[in-house]
Amino acid sequence: MKTIVKLLRKPIAASILAIVVGFIIAAIVLAAAGYAPGPSFAAMFNGMIGRPKYISNVIIKATPIILTGTAVAFAFKTGLFNIGAEGQYILGTICAVIVGVTFNLPPLLQIPLVILAGTLGGALGGAAVGWLKARFGINEVITSIMFNWISLYLCNFVVNTQTFHQPESTSTFPVNPSSYTMILPQWKLSEEGLNALSGTPWLYEVLVKTDVNIGILIAVAAAILIAVLLKRTKIGYEMRAVGLNREAAQFAGINVNRNIVTCMLISGALCGLAGALSVTGLEPHNISTLAAFENNGFNGLSVAFIAGSSPIGCIFAGLLFSGLIYGGQSVQQVMGAPSDIINIMIGTIVFLMALSQIVPMIADRLERKSKGAENA
Amino acid sequence: MQDISRRHFLGTAAAFAVTAGLTACGGGNAGGTGSADAGKSGKDYKIEMVTDTGGVSDQSFNQSSWEGLQQLEKDNGWTVQYIESKQESDYATNLDKAVDDGSNLVWGIGFAMADAVAHSAKTNPEVQFAVIDNAFEDAPKNLIGVTFRAQEPSFLMGYIAARTTKTNKVGFVGGISGVVIDQFDYGYQAGVAYANKEQGTNVEVQGQYADSFSDSAKGKAIASKMYSSGCDVVFHAAGGVGAGVIEAAKEANKFAIGVDRDQAYLAPDNVISSALKRVDKAIVEVSTKIQAGDIEGGTNIDLGFSEDCVGIPEEHKLIDDEVYKAAIELGDKIKAGDIKPPFNKETYDEYIKTL
Repeated sequence: MKTIVKLLRKPIAASILAIVVGFIIAAIVLAAAGYAPGPSFAAMFNGMIGRPKYISNVIIKATPIILTGTAVAFAFKTGLFNIGAEGQYILGTICAVIVGVTFNLPPLLQIPLVILAGTLGGALGGAAVGWLKARFGINEVITSIMFNWISLYLCNFVVNTQTFHQPESTSTFPVNPSSYTMILPQWKLSEEGLNALSGTPWLYEVLVKTDVNIGILIAVAAAILIAVLLKRTKIGYEMRAVGLNREAAQFAGINVNRNIVTCMLISGALCGLAGALSVTGLEPHNISTLAAFENNGFNGLSVAFIAGSSPIGCIFAGLLFSGLIYGGQSVQQVMGAPSDIINIMIGTIVFLMALSQIVPMIADRLERKSKGAENA
Repeated sequence: MQDISRRHFLGTAAAFAVTAGLTACGGGNAGGTGSADAGKSGKDYKIEMVTDTGGVSDQSFNQSSWEGLQQLEKDNGWTVQYIESKQESDYATNLDKAVDDGSNLVWGIGFAMADAVAHSAKTNPEVQFAVIDNAFEDAPKNLIGVTFRAQEPSFLMGYIAARTTKTNKVGFVGGISGVVIDQFDYGYQAGVAYANKEQGTNVEVQGQYADSFSDSAKGKAIASKMYSSGCDVVFHAAGGVGAGVIEAAKEANKFAIGVDRDQAYLAPDNVISSALKRVDKAIVEVSTKIQAGDIEGGTNIDLGFSEDCVGIPEEHKLIDDEVYKAAIELGDKIKAGDIKPPFNKETYDEYIKTL
């Protein structure tokens, strides 16, 4: 009993419990809808990790949500709720496309330039929200939701401008190939590359059939960097202090307003970086008119949430989330089950995370019970 | 303090994340019917379709396509499945999954997917691909583009609109200008011109583009403006934007004309007719021909009245019987090749000269 109580007290216990219960509830929903849960989960995991290229796709699709997840987690640790991740991501894609289409420099200059442009775009979007909060005290949740829509329509506006609109399409021109961040983009499709790769099937699959790119390395590095910033630096300490108690931090001589702007700026920059990496690393390397949000930012909220707002945790939560979404499509394909069931499962996991407070409470109760039993 | 804010965060985030997750897939509920065991009946031909970001219940061509595939499943016992795309970056990975699943034929629905399908066709020469609404220039052997002569029903819509209007002003709302929507636009204008000539009237056409296929609020705004400036019939070829157009017709109590499917159910007292694109029929026909080997790969197929893949609905309670009959006769003339409705600016200018 004591070990169970101890295990339940660990922060990760809530996450794992939520995931397990989420799967159980999804199984019940699947069964109730007339789809055998066993084969459905088999299809999902097969679609997730069944072949090298599937794993590669899970990692590729995890890249943006690890970054937006880290951004949301970081903002939360500093006492801010950045629901504007979606908009900042879109701003990142817009700026990356504008710069990537306009300039055509050698890759060594072009790639950093395009990525920096996207990051700056997101950072400005975030900083604007932070400034409005610091200067006028406007709640960041309200402004960032508004900014999401401003970004969406800005995206549609840019897509329809003469300069960037690709004729006969709903999208802009793709960025110049010198901005691509895939691994060996040209070589892998050349005669020579295809011949060299045909010897190793798994490598052929991963390289030729997927847009494998360097984004994941940047995402992981960013998550680690944010964790270090929060835990090991003076700035991070100040930020956490502001997050824990704004008034006390102010009293201790910390410039709260400057901290709010900086935090939102960093959070926005991470989202913008995610957007830029999607543009440079993924087909079709452009932006198109958005009818609705693509959820790269909103999924980041769920990721931050599953990770319990730990930046490092976001790496794993992002991979899990991406796996569920990508593998979930196989359930639809193989079983004919509607994709809604996968969304119910994801929703359940997120919902249960909201109840994570209960887990320590259960631990307390178990402890009291066992103590009561001992005393009696 | 920490406790309170944490709980607050968790609660809000949960609410938003769940809503976001749910709204992201509002379009999946028609899915349950793609049964996995149909292929066991001996004829193991497998067709999968990949939807564009509209999803499979889009009330438009994705849904029609899936209905076409379900028809094939029922008639021939083939295995049919669909995969929904949520983002544009899903196209390539979804096509890839369709290929992995051992499909004989993979459909990409919508011209937005054309590049992704062409790429997939090149890297998977053993699988047959086909795309709705896109014609390819020098396509690989295993790729077929299917387009519709949408100018043909649009011509009839123009004719009906011109003979139905009381104010001598009719409107056209387009989605995003391009080859596909030009067919509707110029076919419609030509139909109005034909009616003007025949009836000696002087109906004018107001046209405007929404620069979107999804912004129904914008469609409503454009159509409302058209109605208040005197138009009493507005035709839309703008996907989801059209929902707003029809909404505006309802509010102004004027007439609208639908597109792709019979949209009368959206406003039975306002939608007088629809320019039908029978994507389901095209899917059935082309799939059958591909399976039988009757179509050479690397070609484009153009479908219209003669193939019965475009048309107008039979229901016409809001149109004069005489006008409807005249429109049907016009359709026969188009079928016979006596009238060739124009499909872009050049052919339109030429057509006007011949009137």
